[in-house]
Amino acid sequence: MNFWVSLISAGVVVTVLIAIGALGAVPALQVIFGVAVPILAVLIFLAGIIWRVVQYARRPVPFAIPTTCGQQKTLPWIKHNPVESPNSTAGVVARMALEILTFRSLFRNTAMSLGEDGPKITYGSTQWLWLGAIVFHYAFLTVVIRHMRFFTEPVWGLVHLIETFDGFLEVGLPGLMLSGFALLAAGGYLLLRRLAIPQLRYISLPNDYFPLFLILSIAASGILMRYFVKVDIVAVKELAMNIANFKFAVPEGIGVLFWIHLFLVCVLLAYFPFSKLIHSGGVFFSPTRNMATNTREYRHINPWNYPVKIHTYEAYEDEFREKMVEAGLPVDKPLDEEATAQ
Amino acid sequence: MYDKGKVITGIVLFVIVFTFPFWINVGKANIAPEPKINPEVAGKVCVEDKAFMKANHMQLLDEWRDSVVRDGNRTYMGGTGRYEMSLTNSCMGCHNNKAQFCDSCHNYVSLTPNCWNCHIESKENTNG
Repeated sequence: MNFWVSLISAGVVVTVLIAIGALGAVPALQVIFGVAVPILAVLIFLAGIIWRVVQYARRPVPFAIPTTCGQQKTLPWIKHNPVESPNSTAGVVARMALEILTFRSLFRNTAMSLGEDGPKITYGSTQWLWLGAIVFHYAFLTVVIRHMRFFTEPVWGLVHLIETFDGFLEVGLPGLMLSGFALLAAGGYLLLRRLAIPQLRYISLPNDYFPLFLILSIAASGILMRYFVKVDIVAVKELAMNIANFKFAVPEGIGVLFWIHLFLVCVLLAYFPFSKLIHSGGVFFSPTRNMATNTREYRHINPWNYPVKIHTYEAYEDEFREKMVEAGLPVDKPLDEEATAQ
Repeated sequence: MYDKGKVITGIVLFVIVFTFPFWINVGKANIAPEPKINPEVAGKVCVEDKAFMKANHMQLLDEWRDSVVRDGNRTYMGGTGRYEMSLTNSCMGCHNNKAQFCDSCHNYVSLTPNCWNCHIESKENTNG
């Protein structure tokens, strides 16, 4: 697909979603955009995630295919690497935790280049994608935890602590929170990377651009709301607490930016289980990551194995012994006299 | 389904964590804060109109601080008249109770402004 088509179609969809979200500012529609849509989005998100995870869990793994970067457990004098090539559940948990928390396999990314001295191919390690990804994910996590101030009363100490670290620069009022800008910068970098590298642009589809545009719009609307075009933050928390209490009253006069922000978040939640974003659940079901490298200790039985009709060599020779002897072929058991008599 | 025990445990944990706003708030009264000002000053106007102050008071105070501390300029021409730029003398004259005015909203939305690192609350106003 032409990348302009992908880019523009994803952009148009997000623009339409922003326009729909702005309708939330219409008083008559506030119960729909403030209560019905968020609750529906949460239900779709939860049901979708459970459905996807069950689908993953139902898929059999035919082979032991863990990928390793270390020595498998073998003879006692060969040093075993228990995390890079785990042979126990504890090792698998350690490797999985490092993968999920630090994106180690992305850190091992390499780039091929031609050396400066003539046509000589070299492979060097490259961590730009890893850096963009880890900043993006941790900034997003920080932003989500900070938003828990809208759902806890009194606000949790953990949220205060995160805010203290996030706003440690103490610049301006309302105090600058680094995570929002880090999220926007990392998301922007991942988008530019997708557009700038020809191979990557070639394989990018609307469903690659759409989540990026959506998340960038959410981050941008959040930053606008916090620092520039103020919304009634007390009313926002009232609404959040109302929904959490299943009281469906919407406070008045929150501000249109909030309605756009909320609607885009609802779309993200509802879209999440049915898109590439489900890699967050799928990573737990990656056989290359979640299997122990114990192929020398245990035989992995393919769950869809069925009894195969076999014909052993002994049975084969019994069947054709006469003809084999006649043709001068060697046989394990010589032709006995009883058989010759027949 | 393979690894039933682990998968179901994972799903249950995920659902519990994700839905925490719903069950953590069960049975709690959700009362929005109502900031209170000194009743004796009813009818007086603030330096700017209420909507502006509600949204932008923090930026205004930030500008006041810089203006006073860096330029020694203590006079503010607001939309409603001429005022002395002073948190303790001007603002706290009417909004005299930190706990019932400032803190009521700030605590609700988890804000800890650094005003009080330097300023002190006047004693006679704290027990209101």
